[in-house]
Amino acid sequence: MVKRSLMMLCCWLMASIAQAELVIEVTQGKQSAIPVAVVPFQWLGSQPLPEDISGIITNDLASSGYFRTLPAANMITQPHELKDVIYSDWSRLRQDFVVIGRVELLPQGYAVEFHVLDVHQQIEIMRHRVKGSGGQLRDLAHYISDYIFKKLTGVPGVFSTKLIYVTTNRERTKFNLNYADADGAREQLIFTSRQPIISPAWSPDAKKVAYVSFENGRSEIFFQELATGKREKVVSFDGSNSAPAFSPDGTHLAFVLSKLGNPDIYVMDLASRQVQRMTTHYGIDTEPQWSADGRSIYFTSSRAGGPQVYKLDTNTKAVTRVTYEGDYNARARMTADGRKLVYVHRNSDRFHIASHDLESGLVHILTSETELDESPSVAPNGSMVIYAAREADRSILAAVSVDGEVKFRLPSRYGDVREPAWSPLLK
Amino acid sequence: MQTTALYKTLGLAFGAMLISACASKGDVSEGAGSTDAMTATEQQAETNAVNAAAVSGEALQAEAAEAEAALLEQTVFYFDFDQSTIQSESKAALMAHAAYLAANGSAKVVLEGHADERGTVEYNLALGERRAMSVRRFLMANGAQAGQLSVVSFGEERPAVMGSTEASYAKNRRVEVKYQSR
Repeated sequence: MVKRSLMMLCCWLMASIAQAELVIEVTQGKQSAIPVAVVPFQWLGSQPLPEDISGIITNDLASSGYFRTLPAANMITQPHELKDVIYSDWSRLRQDFVVIGRVELLPQGYAVEFHVLDVHQQIEIMRHRVKGSGGQLRDLAHYISDYIFKKLTGVPGVFSTKLIYVTTNRERTKFNLNYADADGAREQLIFTSRQPIISPAWSPDAKKVAYVSFENGRSEIFFQELATGKREKVVSFDGSNSAPAFSPDGTHLAFVLSKLGNPDIYVMDLASRQVQRMTTHYGIDTEPQWSADGRSIYFTSSRAGGPQVYKLDTNTKAVTRVTYEGDYNARARMTADGRKLVYVHRNSDRFHIASHDLESGLVHILTSETELDESPSVAPNGSMVIYAAREADRSILAAVSVDGEVKFRLPSRYGDVREPAWSPLLK
Repeated sequence: MQTTALYKTLGLAFGAMLISACASKGDVSEGAGSTDAMTATEQQAETNAVNAAAVSGEALQAEAAEAEAALLEQTVFYFDFDQSTIQSESKAALMAHAAYLAANGSAKVVLEGHADERGTVEYNLALGERRAMSVRRFLMANGAQAGQLSVVSFGEERPAVMGSTEASYAKNRRVEVKYQSR
């Protein structure tokens, strides 16, 4: 009896999770997308696998926009072993690469062996075997996708990374902080409140998140350990406490504190909890983001009238203006290589995401189909930017590649989705 | 000195009456004369009004109190995009709130600042706070005490109305004056 109700509970939990999940819809792929065929992996077990591994890999590669995948129904043959591959078949289907594989049951868990084949050169370019427990089939699939992506594009894959984002109901009486796979699957609720939650930020080791919660009637900064769920109120001075950002080495937290209405940038030494004021200006200073080398902080300031992005030297506290194009540039985020900023840019009254090459100063508007774009967050490999946007009367998440070529949406089936934060690469 | 002023006033009034009388006869040329006539008429109208007020003084006071109460009913004040300057049409009601707070030392309010959904979340949080701070300064300049006023911003998180039209944005860029005790 207990067993049965437990099972029912599990089913109910899974159903409710599935309901809230985000689903990727690719709206624009790369012109130069690589054609690849992922042949359904062999599985000889009597029961179907709890997760469709080759299906997940296909979705990962397709949703990245870098690949055009071949539907299984269009395949002439579906080989599982190297010796069964007829290269001319794949050549006729105009495929550049083929992925084949087999799933085996182990005493504890599963093993997946896969091969990547180059159709033009008719050679195997990669072979790998990965193992995991029964609950890790999805992780195994993303791990394989990362491997293939790196091999074929030269860029580390981010299919194993995670997202944190906020969902709210239409009435804005319930705010959820969620944790999910980068493809929106396996959403988990990690904090819920009847008051707003904003500005989630990952620690560089990906073990905790900082965020702003209004649960005590005003904005305060909390840390939450992901593995344990343990929460700690870290910044709660008089006035508004917001916009937390970890330094790249994880030792400091930049944030915004407004003692009586004048928001300025502050930095806290997380070991000693000592706080240092970094900007002193009567304008709005907010949205701090550390540079990749940790020596400067980019932030938004209204010191010249409308919001623009500035750079602060953390040693000298000298401030220089970075953005000049347009009258609204805000919430800068930096790519991991430190070469580009991505921020919210207003162009003829429309809010879009722009990338800004720091060396050349060139600004490139990345988005056009979505409206009221905000909250950009860059993938740890620097390839994609996830952001929140308006669609009809709802907030959705959407993503665009840093070169503007690849676009996809992650609409939720429930309420509004906002404030996405892409995790660092997980070790 | 005072006497001179009185005579001057009387003289002016008398002169005005004369001109007014002339004007009514229609034997004064157009130009300067007609302007004077208008001034005279206006002065007369004022006198009438003062007389009326003297008679129904209590009624007017009650009306004033009613008007004051109506002004206190207004607790939401709107702002322009990316602005935290108090609009001129907000000032009368805010003066009434300031007067009420000055007269009722135990009254306390929370000034809740909000922004529309355009622009970034954190910038809008700061903007909401700026708006609430503008209202705070205005109330303090008009007699409220700092201890009676607290400020909180919700940025774009709590829109008054949903929707992505200029009309709904305008309703969301606001400060709400919320009495915690009267």
